[in-house]
Amino acid sequence: MRLDRLSAVLIGWLAVLAAWTLPATALEIEERLVLEAQTPRSVLRILSTADRAPFEPILKAFQAENPDVTIDYTIAGTSDVMKAVSEDGAVFDLVISSAMDLQTKLANDGFARTYRSAATDSLPDWARWRDQLFAFTQEPVVLILSDAAFAGQVVPTTRDELIELLRDEPERFMGKVGTYDVRTSGFGYLMATQDSRVSEAIWRLLEVIGRLDARLYCCSGDMLRDIRSGKLAVAYNVLGSYAAAELRETGGFRIVHMKDFANVMLRTVLILDRAENVADAQRMVDFLATLGRRPDVVAASGLPPIDDAALRGNVALRPIRLGPGLLVYLDRLKRRSFLRNWEASITQE
Amino acid sequence: MTAQRASGSIRRRLFLQLALIAALLSVGLFLVTRSLAASAVEAMQDGILAASATSIADALRSEDGAITLDLPYSALSMLGTINQDRVFYRVVVDGETLTGYEDLPPPDETPTISRNSFSTFAYRDDEVRMVSVARVVSTGGVPSTVQISVAQTRLGLSAISQRISGVATAAGLGFFLVATALSLWAARSALRPLERMTEAVTRRGPGDLRPLQAETPAELVPFVDALNSFISRLGASLQRSEDLIAEAAHRVRTPLATVRAKAEVTHRKLQKPEHRLTMREMIRAIDESSRSAGQLLDHAMVSFRTDSLSEDTVDLAEIVQETCARLEPAAGLKDVEIRCQTPADAPTVRGDWLLLQSAIRNIVDNAVKYSPDDSVVDVRLEVGANIRISVTDLGRGFGGADLEALKARFARGGNVSDIVGSGLGLTIADEVARAHGARLELEPNKNGEGACVSIVFPLS
Repeated sequence: MRLDRLSAVLIGWLAVLAAWTLPATALEIEERLVLEAQTPRSVLRILSTADRAPFEPILKAFQAENPDVTIDYTIAGTSDVMKAVSEDGAVFDLVISSAMDLQTKLANDGFARTYRSAATDSLPDWARWRDQLFAFTQEPVVLILSDAAFAGQVVPTTRDELIELLRDEPERFMGKVGTYDVRTSGFGYLMATQDSRVSEAIWRLLEVIGRLDARLYCCSGDMLRDIRSGKLAVAYNVLGSYAAAELRETGGFRIVHMKDFANVMLRTVLILDRAENVADAQRMVDFLATLGRRPDVVAASGLPPIDDAALRGNVALRPIRLGPGLLVYLDRLKRRSFLRNWEASITQE
Repeated sequence: MTAQRASGSIRRRLFLQLALIAALLSVGLFLVTRSLAASAVEAMQDGILAASATSIADALRSEDGAITLDLPYSALSMLGTINQDRVFYRVVVDGETLTGYEDLPPPDETPTISRNSFSTFAYRDDEVRMVSVARVVSTGGVPSTVQISVAQTRLGLSAISQRISGVATAAGLGFFLVATALSLWAARSALRPLERMTEAVTRRGPGDLRPLQAETPAELVPFVDALNSFISRLGASLQRSEDLIAEAAHRVRTPLATVRAKAEVTHRKLQKPEHRLTMREMIRAIDESSRSAGQLLDHAMVSFRTDSLSEDTVDLAEIVQETCARLEPAAGLKDVEIRCQTPADAPTVRGDWLLLQSAIRNIVDNAVKYSPDDSVVDVRLEVGANIRISVTDLGRGFGGADLEALKARFARGGNVSDIVGSGLGLTIADEVARAHGARLELEPNKNGEGACVSIVFPLS
């Protein structure tokens, strides 16, 4: 009896603790980072898909300018973020995600708050939508070739060249080509659908790498790991910013920027409509929108800031357009038929 | 002459009415522009929504006995091209949601194959415009009705509408300002002929009774006709008066001459000094009457001849000399000396010899009349900046009278009640001077007592 009471109290305590520590009830948190302010005045709660390593320097730089803001940074997967916001009513101030389609859907479905300032106005038109969704990085998707497999070899720079190479030397690449499993990776799905919009070559490429018994991955990190270990010779559609960071640390592969076209992913931030700390959230949006003016922060985080001139200088770079077009591939039937085609190509059934 | 008191102003009334019309038109322009813009903007959105829904409808197909949809990328992306509004869609097959936003409400009016339906309602905190398109798709031989709805919020469009309203407001205001300015100009310009005619009438000399010849707008022709008819009647009436005076003077003068001759004869015959004195006064009175009659005749002649001034070449020196010579005997009776100075190379003027002579004669005659006995009258013709004929006497001067008023007909100075006069001498001189573009100047004698009367011709 007493034990029951004790356990009941304990469970109650835990529930209170959980409710206090976890902003959302059913959110599957990957990592949580709390940067305490020296003299806490307010708390800025961020729900993000971005890893700690590239983002911690940004958060610290923000806190250096706003020393009385405690930052509560929660990292979760893209679909968990979507679900927490749109279904579970999780309370955060900001949502940061690389899933442009899901971010667009959040804004379209009315979960974002409109904000306009000199900083957001300084963004190019393609880097904001409805004054609710603000892009703050532009990260091209790249082809990764392992140094071991390509020492002294011709390096393909377009999809057609890659197809030709893989087709001509199947024994060399059998089981050594990796790409995202678009069924499980939201980012991989977004990149594959954008590829299919631009060029029919993607389907031929998928067929070729399907015949080579392609390895499918959930994340860029795993692909890079297998490239380094020699399991993979080619990794297609890897996020360039991660690859560059890895390359600096470990080496062992080369990054190829495709010359026919390269999709550019925009990492976006939105202020939630139910944000409780709107003022600090707006300050953070301004901070992120003007990231390009802080080279030290950019260098520390490794995330390439919005740079309109760089895009204009290279016609192959194609920033994925924010807007209702991104909702198309989120359509249930569209996704089903796309995945069916993808599977048919990659599994050769 | 007292100024007529104005009752209202045509110009102001014209201006206010035109401005009022401009204001009404501006408001009309604003309303029409705004409503046109609003409907155009709505039509544009409806068109794009219909295109989007149609492209979705065209992508429907039947697969394995079920209806499926390969949502075209352009169906939603086209909605993002003109603005950044939120987009919702829903595809319903026989009442079951196939794909899209399941909570998107059905249209107010069910669409048919041939007719799309449009509805406007609030959805997810915003007003949305929705188009619904119906299609029949056959699955396994069974036709199913598919209803495709595409909705979009209207914030971007209302922003465009607002911008257009702003432009319409500015245009209306600008139109009003320009129209008002033009009304002001139009009101002025419409009344300009009136001002021109007023000026033409005002500019006329007092004796100018010619009919008004100014360019006359059709509306003013009756008025000008009436005015001209009035002027001609006035002219005729004045002419009759002048004729009457001249006739009267003429009729009086001849008997007076006879009476004077008889009086002279009688005067010589009379012995008693008091009788002689009485007769002398009689003769003086007859002289004055005769002189007045002469002046009246002169004046009548001046009035008549200035109306149609002849353009002879007149030698002023000759006139001055001759006038002096003619008046010398009369002056001699009072022991008044007339000193006549004319330059050798005196210029000529264009004008009426008789009139000029009459004017100069009247001035010199006046000077002699008001001169004390045994004094001098100076008559000078000078050529300097202009041509000046000045007559200076040593008489009593003008006695501070209003010099301009003295030029009026029958006006006489306040200090001359003891001397008989008609008050016509200066009037004649003034009218003649004016008819010749010259002016009559009256001033006190600069060298002491007396007056100086000059006719000044501009050297042209």
